Amino acid sequence: MTNRKIKHLLGQAAFHLVVILLAYVMLYPILWMVSNSFKETADIFNTTSLIPETFRFDNYARGWRFNKSVTFTTFFYNSFYYTVLSTLGAVLASSLVAYGFARVPFRGRSFWYGCMFMTMMIPYQVVMVPQFIIFHKLGWINSFKPLIIPQFAGLPFFIFLMVQFIRQIPYELDDSAKIDGCNRFSVFTRILFPLIKPAVITSTIFSFYWRWDDFLGPLLFLNKPRLFTVSLALRMFSDPMTSTDWSAIFAMGTLSLVPVLVIFLIFQKYIVQGLVTTGLKG
Amino acid sequence: MKQLSARKRAWMDDFSGYAFISPWLIGFFAFSIIPILFSLYYSFTKYDILGDPVFNGLENFRTMATDELFWQSLKVTFFYAFVSVPLRLIFAFFVAMLFNRGTRAIRVYQAIYYVPSLVGGSIAVAVMWRRLFMADGALNAALAKIGIVTDVSWIGDPNTAIWTLIILAIWQFGSSMLIFLAGLRQIPKELYEAASIDGAGALRKFSHITVPQITPVIFFNLVMQLINGFTVFTQAFVVSGGSGDPLNSTLVYALYLYQRAFKYYDMGYSSAMAWVLVLIIGLMTGIVFKTSSSWVFYEAKEGK
Repeated sequence: MTNRKIKHLLGQAAFHLVVILLAYVMLYPILWMVSNSFKETADIFNTTSLIPETFRFDNYARGWRFNKSVTFTTFFYNSFYYTVLSTLGAVLASSLVAYGFARVPFRGRSFWYGCMFMTMMIPYQVVMVPQFIIFHKLGWINSFKPLIIPQFAGLPFFIFLMVQFIRQIPYELDDSAKIDGCNRFSVFTRILFPLIKPAVITSTIFSFYWRWDDFLGPLLFLNKPRLFTVSLALRMFSDPMTSTDWSAIFAMGTLSLVPVLVIFLIFQKYIVQGLVTTGLKG
Repeated sequence: MKQLSARKRAWMDDFSGYAFISPWLIGFFAFSIIPILFSLYYSFTKYDILGDPVFNGLENFRTMATDELFWQSLKVTFFYAFVSVPLRLIFAFFVAMLFNRGTRAIRVYQAIYYVPSLVGGSIAVAVMWRRLFMADGALNAALAKIGIVTDVSWIGDPNTAIWTLIILAIWQFGSSMLIFLAGLRQIPKELYEAASIDGAGALRKFSHITVPQITPVIFFNLVMQLINGFTVFTQAFVVSGGSGDPLNSTLVYALYLYQRAFKYYDMGYSSAMAWVLVLIIGLMTGIVFKTSSSWVFYEAKEGK
């Protein structure tokens, strides 16, 4: 009896030891970056230490203004502008489209739904060049239009997620609302939209992450520093040809991760749910 | 009378259905179908964006056959995808197995393991990664601590540079891990109980219950991640400073395609490359699907 207990305890201890060790390795690069953002640049090289000897907060001030004419105030504003508008468009449009696919028995429905899945399989590289040329001819280069407007068409990934969700809601709810005199649109806005809130939140979070991290889109369409997003600014800042101020680069890198981590801490549950429903029910 | 109203209702459904999906439908034509058709046309032309596209038949594809950089980028991409995706999935699977038990601390561990997936796509991490593997970076400092003194720049050596990208990909196994974990938890407990009664050991339960039950999930992840692996761009772009160096050892396909289009303004060639990519991805997906019946277990087949 006691022997068994000891064995069990030892097993538990070994498990936690391995898992914690691995967790340390996993988090190390991120912690290293955060720690380096407080160090003097000279202290970054040839060291594994995670604890800065001095806390140099001026790295942050220096990084914020590394570019003489445009500061990170602009870059963060641009990133938020792009992210928030795109997310709003993507999520609202996706929910409308999802309702259409899930609830309205129109002719050609499964054909178009199939088309939507096809577009998920086509790599962005195919449409990249023609899209660039079209937006170039429209005079949209160096504006946020080519980045934001396509989002208002909805995203297949979100549409799929929401269709899955709507299908779990009983039809009786729609029917009774219709008897009460709701038309389809008000059934959607008053009954279904509130019920698919978890899917909406999941989509919002993922959209936020993808737009916030987006690099290729801004790289293609934004060439003027005053339009740069945080991603583009970081890349300009860390240009291997010119950059030397590593602690300031790490300071701005750390700041760029803050919104992502904050959202993760608040909405963890929805992220896991989104991953699982879309990953499992492929 | 009744028939008329049914027809009218069907018409109403069509109208409201298309109204609801109209944002996507418009976007589908404007941002997918039309660009796809243009891309197909450009791939048979010489087009430098300033002038008009000039039809040149299969010239782009012929050039590709003798373009060393094209073959190099294919080689790099295949190596990257076929090493990083399986390794990440295997890693994710075993950590998920490890976590598939009832300890309360698991939730915290899960969250920690997911953090790299969360931030892995950011430029901040790519920039940090570069610094980590430089000659005076943290990796060499860590190696020095255990007695291996080296001043190799893992980023600068053409033999190791691609590995830094592969490690970056494997490091982000957290999202697959969460998906596998959810899959493992959905396996009915009764299966294991029944097997125990029949005297099956842990290994037999693993190979006869766990593995068959989880293969559909692994399969789906394999397909999606291979596609993503073939189109990797941002990390290679940032870690190599946009060049694919050293000695083109990190010149992934999407990076070379981007350079062709936006550095050399060779839109025709770049479009042709995009279609070769579609072909490769289609072929890969086809192969995975074709072979799937031999190793993916679907419940519906079990005598129902």
